[in-house]
Amino acid sequence: MPQKPVKLVCRNIWKLFGEGAERFLHDRPEPPDAAEIEAAGLIGAVRDATIEVHEGEIFVIMGLSGSGKSTLIRCLSRLVEPTAGEILFEGRNLLAASEREMIEIRRHKMGMVFQHFALLPHLSVLQNVAFPLEVQGVDRRRREERAREVIRLVGLQGREDNFPRELSGGQQQRVGIARSLAVEPELWFLDEPFSALDPLIRREMQDEFLRLQNVLRKTIVFITHDFDEAIRLADRIAIMKDGAVIQTASPEELVLAPVNDYVAEFTRHIPRAKVLTLGSVMVPGPPSGPVAGILAADTRVEAAADKVEAATLPYGVADEDGNIIGTVDGRIIVDVLIGRETRRESRQ
Amino acid sequence: MKRALHPGRHANTVLWLLLAAVTAFLSQYGRDIARSFDARWLLKVPFAMRIPMKAEIGAFMKWLVDEAHFGPVTFTDLTRAVAWAIDQPYRLVRALLESGFVQGQGNDAVQILPPLSWLAVVFVVMAIGHYVRSWKLAVFVGGCFLYLAVFGQWDSAMITLASIVIAVPFGVVGGLLLGIGGYRWRWFERLLVPVLDLMQTVPIFAYLVPILFLFGFGPVSALVATVIYAMPPMVRITMLALRSVPDEIREFGRMVGCTRHQMTWRVLIPSAVPMLMVGVNQVIMLSLNMVIIASMIGAGGLGYDVLTSLRRLDIGGGLEAGIAIVVLAVALDRLSQAFAERSLPSRQPENASFLRRFPRMTMSVAVIAGLAVAGLFWPFLQDYPAGGEITTGPFWQDLVRAINVNFFDQLEAAKTFMLLSFLIPVKRFLLSLPWPWVVFLITLAGWQLGRWKLALLCFLLSMFIAVNGLWGKAMVTIYLCGVSVVIAALIGIPLGILAAGNERAGRIIGGFIDTLQTLPSFVYLIPVVMLFRVGDFSAMIAVILYALAPAVRYTAHGIRAIDPQLVEAGVVSGCTRGQLLGRIRLPLALPEIMLGINQTIMLALSMLVITALVGTRDLGQEVYIALTKADTGRGIVAGVSVAFIAIMADRLIAAAAARTRRRLGLA
Ligand SMILES: Nc1ncnc2c1ncn2[C@@H]1O[C@H](COP(=O)(O)OP(=O)(O)OP(=O)(O)O)[C@@H](O)[C@H]1O
Ligand SMILES: [Mg+2]
Repeated sequence: MPQKPVKLVCRNIWKLFGEGAERFLHDRPEPPDAAEIEAAGLIGAVRDATIEVHEGEIFVIMGLSGSGKSTLIRCLSRLVEPTAGEILFEGRNLLAASEREMIEIRRHKMGMVFQHFALLPHLSVLQNVAFPLEVQGVDRRRREERAREVIRLVGLQGREDNFPRELSGGQQQRVGIARSLAVEPELWFLDEPFSALDPLIRREMQDEFLRLQNVLRKTIVFITHDFDEAIRLADRIAIMKDGAVIQTASPEELVLAPVNDYVAEFTRHIPRAKVLTLGSVMVPGPPSGPVAGILAADTRVEAAADKVEAATLPYGVADEDGNIIGTVDGRIIVDVLIGRETRRESRQ
Repeated sequence: MKRALHPGRHANTVLWLLLAAVTAFLSQYGRDIARSFDARWLLKVPFAMRIPMKAEIGAFMKWLVDEAHFGPVTFTDLTRAVAWAIDQPYRLVRALLESGFVQGQGNDAVQILPPLSWLAVVFVVMAIGHYVRSWKLAVFVGGCFLYLAVFGQWDSAMITLASIVIAVPFGVVGGLLLGIGGYRWRWFERLLVPVLDLMQTVPIFAYLVPILFLFGFGPVSALVATVIYAMPPMVRITMLALRSVPDEIREFGRMVGCTRHQMTWRVLIPSAVPMLMVGVNQVIMLSLNMVIIASMIGAGGLGYDVLTSLRRLDIGGGLEAGIAIVVLAVALDRLSQAFAERSLPSRQPENASFLRRFPRMTMSVAVIAGLAVAGLFWPFLQDYPAGGEITTGPFWQDLVRAINVNFFDQLEAAKTFMLLSFLIPVKRFLLSLPWPWVVFLITLAGWQLGRWKLALLCFLLSMFIAVNGLWGKAMVTIYLCGVSVVIAALIGIPLGILAAGNERAGRIIGGFIDTLQTLPSFVYLIPVVMLFRVGDFSAMIAVILYALAPAVRYTAHGIRAIDPQLVEAGVVSGCTRGQLLGRIRLPLALPEIMLGINQTIMLALSMLVITALVGTRDLGQEVYIALTKADTGRGIVAGVSVAFIAIMADRLIAAAAARTRRRLGLA
C-alpha cells in the first residue's frame, strides 16, 4: 500500500504527573523505567510514546483502562502539556506554538469528541453545534446555516431546538460529533466516543461513523478500550500498556504477528474471520485448476465465507492490479472460522 | 506515639474522667481555695493582663473616618461614594414600590407619579410564579401578596421588598465575581476563605456596629450590612460550582479555542447555572433575614414594625408584622427555589412575535400601565382601601392574654422548673470555674484531637477572650448556647431518626423544618417574649427553635446514607429494632450527627446575639450595648469573641467527627 503523507507525528512523548516531574526526567542520562518513576512518587501516564498518523487514516489507540490513552491524546492536542517529547503537526512543532497560535490551530484545524459528550446544557442542539463557530466570531446567519448542514449530516434534522437533556445518549453523541465537525477540522480526535452507549447503539454509531468517514476522509485519532471496535474501525492500531505504546500495526498484523504475549492475549478472543483477509490465508501461487470466481486479496474472510463455502471449486485471489496470486477453498475458510491454525499462521 | 494508641484509648478515658472530677471539685471549692490563697486572679482575669483592644480599634475607626486618605481621596469620600451608588437604585425601587415619585422637599413635596398599584404588584409576582413553575405557584405567591394587602402590612412589606430587590443583585454579582476570582487565582482563594469563615461566624450585630459608624443611621447602612451578610455563601457556591463543572466541558472549551474570557462567561458560568441558582436562593433568604435585623440601623419596613412592637410590648402589632414577614419569606423562598429548579423551556422559534416570545412581560407592562391610569379614577385600584383592611392585632392580643391568664401557672411552673433545675445550676457551674483551668481544658482537647496546631489555636482564641475582659460574658454565652444545643439535640436527633425511618413522617418533618429555616431569626423572638417575657429562658427557647433544623436534617441524612447491606447484616444476625438502632444505625451515623450538632451550635451562637434583645447578659448584650452607643471597638471585640467561640467549637467538633469517621472506616 502506498504510504499517505504524515499528518501528525509524536516522538518520545512523556507525561509524568506529580511534583518535580520535569526535573526528574531531565536529570537522568537515560529514560527511567516504570519502577524508578514510581519510586520517585510520580505517575507515568505516558512513557516514551511515538506514533505517526497518516493523512486520511483512522488511527486507533487502544489499551486497558488507565493505560494512558486519554493522556496521550490530550498531549497531542496540548490540552495536557507533555513533560518531554516532540509533536509535529503538518511538519510544525506544536509544543513551540504560543497560547495564541494554539487557539488558532484548535479553532480551525482540530476537532474533538468526548466520552461523555460534553454538551453545554444551556444551549439547544443548534446552538451547541454552532458554538465553536460562535467562539470564532462567525456571524449568526452563517454559523447557523453551517450548523444545520452538519446536523443533517449526522441525521438529527428536526431536533435543532431541543436541549441536550431531551435527547438519548446516542443522539447526544451525534450532536457531539456534529459539533466537532462544524469547523471542518483536518485532524479529528475522538476519545472513547461510544463507550458510554449501550452495545446496540454503539454498533449503529460505529456504522454511522464509518459512513461519515467515507464521505469526509478526515485524519482521525480514535481511542477505545474495546478491541472489537478497534478492528472494525481502524486502519492501524497502537496498543498501549502502562503508558507505553507496545505495538503499532494493522489489525491483521496484530493478529498474525503480535510482538508479545500481551498483544496476543488481546487478539485471542477475536473471531479471526473478522480480521484476516483472503490474501493472508490463501494458498499462494496460481490456481491448479478451474476456479469458481475471483475475489480481491483485501476482502475479509468473514465477508467471503458464504460464497467460498457454497462453491464446489476454489476461488482465485487477486491483488490490486487484478493478477491472480493464490486460491482459497472451503477448507481454509472453515479453518479460520473454527480457529484452527491456518497454514499462513503455522508458517510464521 | 503510634504504638501507644491502643492502650492509650483506655488511658484517655481515665484521663478525662479524672479531669471531670477535678473540674467538679474546682467548681465547688475553687472559689474558697482561691480566696484562702489570696489568688483572686484565678477567678477574674487581672487587670494587669488585659489589653484594651477595644480602645485601639475604636481609635483606628475614628482615624479611618477622620483622617485616612488614599492620595487625595479620603476614606470618607469612599464610603460616601459607596453610599451614593447604593442609595440611587434604592430610592428608585422604593419610589416604585412604596412612596411614589416625589418632587420637592418636606411639606412642599408633590407626588408626580404614584407607586405601582397593589394589584399590579400582585399580578407581576403571579406572572413570575407562572413563568418559573406553574399556575399553582402563581396562585400561591399571589395569595401571599394579597394577604399582605388585606391585612394592612402592604407599605411596610414593600419597603422591605425594596431593600431586598436592591441587596440581592449586589450580593449575587459581588459573590459571583469574588467567586470567579477565587476559582482563577489560588492566592486569592487562600486570602478569601479565612475571611469568609470569619464573616460567617461573626454574629450579625457585630457587622452593624462598624457599618453604622461608617455609613450612619439609615437604609444605606442597612443595605451595606445586608449585602455583606448575604454574600459569603454566594462566593463559596460560585467557587464550588465552577470547580464541579465536568473536566470534559472545560476541555471542550479549550479545544474549540475559547479565550479565557469566553471560557468563563460562555462555557463555565452557564454550565454552572443550576448550582449557582441555589446560591441565589440563599442570598435572597439571608438578605431577608438581615434586612429585618437591620431595622435597628434604619432599614425600616416590617422589621422596624416588629422592633417597635417589641419595645412597646405591643403583642398584637408584633405578631401581625411577624406573620407578614413569614408570609413574605415563604413567598420569596418558593419563587427563588422554583427558579433554581426550573428546567429550561424549549426554545421559541426566533421569528415568533414579541408577544409570543414574552407573553408575561408584555401582559405585565400592560396591566401596570392600565392600573396606573385606572387608579386615577378609582383610588381603590391604586391603594388597597383602608376600609377593607383586616387587622388581627386585637385578636392576637386577646389570644395571648387569654393564654397568659388561663395558663399562667403552668407556663410559669415550667419556666421556673427549667430555670432552677437546669439553667441556673449550669450557669453557676461554668461561672465558678477558674478561667485558667478552662483554658487548659480547651487547649488539652485541642491537642488530643488535632495536636499542636489545634491546641495553639484553642489557646490563643480563648486567651483573646480572657485578656479582653470578656470571660464572664463568654461563659454566659457558652452556658446559654450549651443548654440550648443540648435540648435541641434531644429533640432534633429523635425527630431525625423518625424522619429517616418513616417516609410519611419524613415528609411532614421535612416540611416543618424547611419552614422553620426560611423564617428570619427575628421572628422567633415574638411568641417567646409573649409567653415567657424576657430572660434566659425565653432566649433559650428562641435559640432552640432557630437552631433545631440541622440536628434533624443531618441525623436523618446520616441514617439514610448508611449502606443498607450493613443493616441487613444486622437483621440477619437477629437484631431487634432497638438493637439495630443502637448498635448499627446510630454509631454509623455518628459522624454525620456530630456535624449536624456543629451546625446547630453555629446557628445557636448567631441567634444568641439577637436574643440580647430579650435581655440576656452575655456577649450578645455586649454587642447590643455597643450598637446602641455606636462604640465600634467594643462591638467588634465582643463580636469577634463570639466568632472565636464558634471557630473553636467548629474545629474541635470537625476534628472529632473526622476521627470517628476514621475509626469506623468510613473515610
Ligand atoms: N491529572 C492527573 N493527575 C494525576 N494522574 C493522572 C491525571 N490524569 C491521569 N492520571 C493517571 O494517568 C494514568 C493514565 O490515565 P488516562 O486517563 O490517560 O487513562 P486511559 O487509558 O484514558 O483510561 P480510561 O480507559 O479509563 O479512560 C492513570 O493512572 C491516571 O490515574
Ligand atoms: Mg480515558
